[in-house]
Amino acid sequence: MTSSTGIVGFGACVPTFRIKAEEIARVWGEEPDRIIKGLGVKEKSVPGLDEDAASLAVEAARNSLSVANIEPSKLGAVYVGSESHPYAVKPTATIVAEAIGATPEVMAADLEFACKAGTAGIQIGMGLVASNMVEYALAIGTDTSQGRPGDALEYTASAGAAAFVIGRQKEQILAKLDATYSFTTDTPDFWRRQHAEFPSHGGRFTGEPAYFRHVMGATQGLFEKTGMTAADFDYFVFHQPNGKFPLEVAKKMGLDVEKVKPGLLTPMIGNTYSGASPLGLCAVLDIAKPGQRILLTSFGSGAGSDSFAIEATDVLPAARERAPHKLAWYMEHKKYLDYGLYVKHRRKLKSL
Amino acid sequence: MAENIAITWRRIPERYRLAGTQCTTCKTKFFPPRKFCTACRRKGKIESFSFSGKGKIYSFSGVHSAPAGLELEIPYVLAIVHLAEGPKVTAQIVDCTEDAVKIDAPVEFVFRKIRSDDPEGLIHYGYKFRLVK
Ligand SMILES: [Zn+2]
Repeated sequence: MTSSTGIVGFGACVPTFRIKAEEIARVWGEEPDRIIKGLGVKEKSVPGLDEDAASLAVEAARNSLSVANIEPSKLGAVYVGSESHPYAVKPTATIVAEAIGATPEVMAADLEFACKAGTAGIQIGMGLVASNMVEYALAIGTDTSQGRPGDALEYTASAGAAAFVIGRQKEQILAKLDATYSFTTDTPDFWRRQHAEFPSHGGRFTGEPAYFRHVMGATQGLFEKTGMTAADFDYFVFHQPNGKFPLEVAKKMGLDVEKVKPGLLTPMIGNTYSGASPLGLCAVLDIAKPGQRILLTSFGSGAGSDSFAIEATDVLPAARERAPHKLAWYMEHKKYLDYGLYVKHRRKLKSL
Repeated sequence: MAENIAITWRRIPERYRLAGTQCTTCKTKFFPPRKFCTACRRKGKIESFSFSGKGKIYSFSGVHSAPAGLELEIPYVLAIVHLAEGPKVTAQIVDCTEDAVKIDAPVEFVFRKIRSDDPEGLIHYGYKFRLVK
């Protein structure tokens, strides 16, 4: 799909707390170097006791609205993608819409597609804005994901959110959403049943037939649909369940890994699930120059990938300075927890 | 103790986004919102007003013995915040310990979970503040 819509505002939020991979490895008797090298993750973000997917979404949304510089009441749609919505029944989107002052004249719904529900929201927003059904749409990817204690996921499952305001007024668009392409199949690589606290996964199966097939399928599909090639892009942002998979995609597809690194945050904050590739896009939008092109490909287990061709405009440099806090602020402000406090924060003990 | 659902619901605009009121006659800002200006009385005209969320620490204390429902959060900091537009509000200062907080330190609004009523109950959200660094 080609589009005349674009991003008019973007915002991030990452919790203050961190735990080092080394500290988790210490508790489980693992070799820290092996973990850090194997997963490419040094530390991950941990939500505060009073933070959840809704509160992170609200803070990211407030940042995005400052960048967009529009009245929240002008938002015609709010979509919140997450796999850790605070309620099983009761939308996160209503909490967010109310907190930013977008209610009551607004469409709202929660989305779920493992780690790619945020980019699914961007696509829905593009459609609504392009068809004139709404003037602006807000799409958010947010998660406070959990890994079973002792599971490999415990080193990576983290928390964060990214929000994007989508619009069509040329003078407001800071990054054009030129095209999008999705690649979707039914693939049982990762799941969590209703009432189950921690997810289950297919171990090694999560790599080749799941992550790589879909991420590369969507990226290749976008190239073919648009007639663009890797050389047309200055940055590549891929879903980042760990610090290594995105670099492997680059290697397999013959892309310059230096174009992947600016949008690769997992080594410092872990896998923020629905926030992961959207936060990577925020990192790139904070440094991109007008005219530079960004390729974004998300991945959600189950499985699917959404690819986007994005182009920074002249509006971007001034617009991004309006954010009360940029992503870099959240990356720099951190407090470390030991494993004991981490257990308390994530309520991993049944009695908590 | 679970709060009455109707009370929670009515307070959502003030708790979620610091929605208050102001008297356009004397410019006094009210938070929590008031429908009547005691200074101007019948001459007062009240309209809604959104607070910026900027403020300063007026006073604070560390909480080491928490009320029911907040046991996991101790120790935490409770403060009276002097909002830039005038009113004072009592709220938690997040992501920090008591020793980091100083009188007059600038703070900013954050949206957080206030409490949740047992595992099957409602989750209450609202304003807290964060030290501006
Ligand atoms: Zn008055």
